[in-house]
Amino acid sequence: MQIFSIGDLTRYIKHILDRDRTLNSIYVRGEISNFKRHYSGHCYFTLKDSDATIKTVMFRSRSQFLKYEPRDGMKVVVGGTVTVFERDGQYQLYADHMVPEGVGELSLAYEQLKEKLTAEGLFEEMRKRPIPVLPRAVGIITSPTGAAVRDIITVAKRRHPGIALILFPVQVQGGEAPGQIVDALQSFTAYGQADVLIVGRGGGSLEELWAFNDERVVRAIAASQIPVVSAVGHETDFTLADFAADRRAATPSQAAEIVVPDIHELSRYIRTLENLMGTHMQAIVKEKRRRVMECRQSAALQRPMNLLADKQQQADLLRQRLIQTMEQQLTAKKHSFSIQAEKLAMLNPLAVLARGYSITRTSEGQIVCDASQISNEQELEILLAQGVLYARVCSTKEA
Amino acid sequence: MTVDTKGNDNNDVCFEEALGKLEVIVKLLEKGELKLEDSLDKFAQGVALSQLCLAKLTVAEKQIDKILQKEQGILVEKPLLFTEEKSKC
Repeated sequence: MQIFSIGDLTRYIKHILDRDRTLNSIYVRGEISNFKRHYSGHCYFTLKDSDATIKTVMFRSRSQFLKYEPRDGMKVVVGGTVTVFERDGQYQLYADHMVPEGVGELSLAYEQLKEKLTAEGLFEEMRKRPIPVLPRAVGIITSPTGAAVRDIITVAKRRHPGIALILFPVQVQGGEAPGQIVDALQSFTAYGQADVLIVGRGGGSLEELWAFNDERVVRAIAASQIPVVSAVGHETDFTLADFAADRRAATPSQAAEIVVPDIHELSRYIRTLENLMGTHMQAIVKEKRRRVMECRQSAALQRPMNLLADKQQQADLLRQRLIQTMEQQLTAKKHSFSIQAEKLAMLNPLAVLARGYSITRTSEGQIVCDASQISNEQELEILLAQGVLYARVCSTKEA
Repeated sequence: MTVDTKGNDNNDVCFEEALGKLEVIVKLLEKGELKLEDSLDKFAQGVALSQLCLAKLTVAEKQIDKILQKEQGILVEKPLLFTEEKSKC
């Protein structure tokens, strides 16, 4: 007899449950009760129906994507895994997805596929190709009898009657629809004449739009070599086809507007560009001309003789100034010369004679300044301003 | 020779490319930083491009609408008549 510890027993049970395929990925329908959202963001509640209850956990990593707040009494479908919470010895449901019942299993499948394809990078912005401005031909994949095709043709022809429309009729709902849509997408690539594709239908319930959430359709749209505009007629909800398409239009009419350019608007735009170009060109020529004229009107080019006259005038002025300066200098020199000459004249001893003074010299020519040097009877010369006196000394008297 | 390559260039470009080039030329001329000769050259190119764009807009008018279908695995074209389409709905 083998005796288990409780831990061993619990782990053994957990091991059995974890190996079970059904429990690994299960959908459960029930009513929420005892709903608690913890500060951690994890949600704990009990799922119940008239027969039984099961403890359920939805971790924050999952519950953050819920677009509604779960409440007690709400009927839901939960997708997840059943396993054992060892500490309490209790099996519980770990919820990955949870949708209100009524929206039902379809939207659960939608969320799951969306998650999967997002992870694959199918919806990435980088993958999206530009829609051609002027396609030669537009491929239309839709029902030949619906309002969608009529709307697309009406809008397309109104905007540009010359762009060819190539309709590939398909069923847009029912079991045949996804296969036909995929075939149409691939056929257009093989056909090679359409530059852009519109895939869509008029609005409908989630069930009616289901073909546009079909994995094959979504992948075919993403894989299409021709850019695809999705046009599933509903404003608010997105189908997976919308995410995979290069552009999403809310309605078929809008898809036609995106894909088919308005010929009048486009021609107008081109003519506007042409006019703008002309205006700019005129402005450029005008500006260059202005600069040429500015040069031409400069004094130098306009009146070259003036320039010469100016120079001449300048030369004249200079010469005049030269002469003036020379004269001034000469006068100044003359003036200072006469002052010097006057000074000189004042110093001339002969000039002193004119005022009555005289100079007495010995016969040897020595000027007599001292009476003691002179003896009686000595002969002296006395120079006067006019003439000379020859004199003999009678007597001397010393100072 | 350079003129020749330029001419060929213009004939091969698609509408988007021609329109894009035209828009670039308009911007270049708007800046007004080019030499006069280059400006005139660009202007001539721009006029040619805008004519090309307008021509491409009208050439498209000769396309024919079709229904494309697969019959026994082969693609088959049929003419698409709107009036018939409309009466069906």
